[in-house]
Amino acid sequence: MSTVTPYLVLSAVLFTIGCTGVLIRRNAIVVFMCVELMLNAGNLALVAFSRLHGNLDGQVTAFFVMVVAAAEVVIGLAIIMTIFRTRRSASVDEASLLKW
Amino acid sequence: MVSTLVALVIALPLAGAAILLVGGRLTDRWGPYLATLLPIVSFVFAVILFAHDLGQPDAGRSHTTHLWTWIDAGRLHVGADLLYDQLSSLFLLLITGVGSLIHIYSLGYMAHDPRRRRFFAYLNLFVAAMLTLVLAANYLVLFLGWEGVGLASYLLIGFWQHKPSAAAAAKKAFVMNRVGDMGLSLAIALCFTTFGSTAFSVVNAGVGQASETRMTWLGLLLLLGACGKSAQVPLQAWLLDAMEGPTPVSALIHAATMVTAGVYLMVRSHAILDAAPGARTAVVVVAVVTLLWGAIIGCAKDDIKKVLAGSTMSQIGYMMLAAGLGPAGYAFAIFHLLTHGFFKANMFLGAGSVMHAMDDDIDMRRYGALRTAMPVTFLTFAMGYLAIIGFPGFSGFWSKDKIIDAAWHEHWWIGALALVGAGITAFYMTRLMLMTFFGQRRWAEGVHPHESPKVMTGPLVALAALSVLGGVLLIGGWIQDYLAPLVGEPPKESSGLPAWTISVLAVVVVAIGVAFAWVLVGRRPVPAAAPTNVAWPVTVARHDLYGDAINDTFVVEPGRRLTDAVVQIDKYGVDGLLTGGPVAVGAFAGVFRQLQNGYVRSYALSVLGGGLVVVLALMVVNWQ
Repeated sequence: MSTVTPYLVLSAVLFTIGCTGVLIRRNAIVVFMCVELMLNAGNLALVAFSRLHGNLDGQVTAFFVMVVAAAEVVIGLAIIMTIFRTRRSASVDEASLLKW
Repeated sequence: MVSTLVALVIALPLAGAAILLVGGRLTDRWGPYLATLLPIVSFVFAVILFAHDLGQPDAGRSHTTHLWTWIDAGRLHVGADLLYDQLSSLFLLLITGVGSLIHIYSLGYMAHDPRRRRFFAYLNLFVAAMLTLVLAANYLVLFLGWEGVGLASYLLIGFWQHKPSAAAAAKKAFVMNRVGDMGLSLAIALCFTTFGSTAFSVVNAGVGQASETRMTWLGLLLLLGACGKSAQVPLQAWLLDAMEGPTPVSALIHAATMVTAGVYLMVRSHAILDAAPGARTAVVVVAVVTLLWGAIIGCAKDDIKKVLAGSTMSQIGYMMLAAGLGPAGYAFAIFHLLTHGFFKANMFLGAGSVMHAMDDDIDMRRYGALRTAMPVTFLTFAMGYLAIIGFPGFSGFWSKDKIIDAAWHEHWWIGALALVGAGITAFYMTRLMLMTFFGQRRWAEGVHPHESPKVMTGPLVALAALSVLGGVLLIGGWIQDYLAPLVGEPPKESSGLPAWTISVLAVVVVAIGVAFAWVLVGRRPVPAAAPTNVAWPVTVARHDLYGDAINDTFVVEPGRRLTDAVVQIDKYGVDGLLTGGPVAVGAFAGVFRQLQNGYVRSYALSVLGGGLVVVLALMVVNWQ
């Protein structure tokens, strides 16, 4: 068993929690937090593998993911705010007009 | 000189039509006079040409003028060629001569019509097209003129287009003529494939080498064309309706010139007919049926113009009969065509004069006793009448007599039927005379008949003189000799009855016809309304021998059903094939688009599922 195995297990657990949360929770904020959880689970795995391989590629990629996540937070929260203002609700199931 | 004059004869009326139609209202005031002057100049040229030609020996009387190359494609060479020969020369005189007289007459007849500039433009167009038809040196140029007169006829029948009946009659004439034109165009195509050219000279020279079957087909197709243009059975029904046009038009186009184009075509194609006895028999049959058909219709009509129209049909039947008799009849077909052109134009213009006096009433039952009110019209009309029934000495006597004689020598029953036709002609023409000019006054209220102005009676007098004197062409057999180099020498009288017995027989039959008319119409007052309790032959004749009903049943209705069926096939077959694909795609899309349900979480599940599939696939592929 390698030294990074516990990190990878933790990463997998975090990803699964995030994934489950995205699929079953209705509150947009919570769904959003779960998405962040999944991203950070991915980051953890990247950093762990970076350590394992002894180069910095994974860590650099993790930084990129953080930047993207930050940008996503800006836009995502703005959208959630707008939806809440018009509907007085943050439930993702209620914003279902865009369909066939 | 001949070439220039021949081209000018056509060009002048054509220019007249162009000036009047393009010039528009600018020419309203002087246009009709210009349009009348141009055919007169053409007539002068035609006379000069004719006089010049008479001075030539037989061989020098035919002049071909090459104007330009019309079609030059591969093996197909067609020149815009004009042929001036003995046959064309007579037609030139008839068309420009009678045409000019009718133009002059129209100045009076159409004086109060607001659209008379247009009328004269169409008349000029007609004259130009008709001259092209008879001056053509090949079938294609002839076809150009043929269609041109068809167009002019359409425009002039429907000249009073505000009347629905006139518009319908014009359309009917146009459509029925297309049927005949189809025959002529097929004949031209057959000429190309058989002879490689449509020039009359090439065709006449090549007839000997071609097979008889082919010649028979060619003859039958030409006959179909002639039937359409000349209102022969079975394409006769349009002529009676064509009387919706102004009366000068009826006189010029539907009596004197255009409807005789079929006869011209037959005589021009004499070489083909001579080589195809089958086609010649068909011509004779069509002609005999038509000459009786038209005459019977003429007996039952109360509309003065329709009587004359039926009579025209019947007289053209005589000409076609002569043309179907071969070299024995060609010259007489042309002879009768000329005399008929004179006396029928005369009578149509006379009828126009009567209608003019009677406030455009055409019902003979409201005429009567007009001989005192309109002496000039009466006398000129009487000349035409005596000519058409074949009163001895008048032009029609000579021409019809010769045809009956030639028919008798072909086969006695053809001659007998032609004689019967002559008797019926005498009957209906006498009936027309009695109802119009004799008997009691039956005028409608407020009608005051008066003689027509000089501009109208002048042409009447000229045409009446020609009706009387037209027979001079026969003196010494001049017309046979003149046309013989072209259509062949008529055979010498062989066995059978001597010529004078036929003449006597014809006169007797005509006298019987006149007597019948006197007994049935002249002796007793004419009822104001047509009697309804009449024998069945009268009913049949009043319905034009059910010509329209036959067309409707056998052509119009099946045609309509065919087009309906084609429309259905197009709608559900062809369109279904083309639109079926998109419709199927649409149906599938209707099912699949349900997946777009708008719930973000279900999309997320799809993304997760897709991701899992990709990961599993990668794992399977990279399994070691």
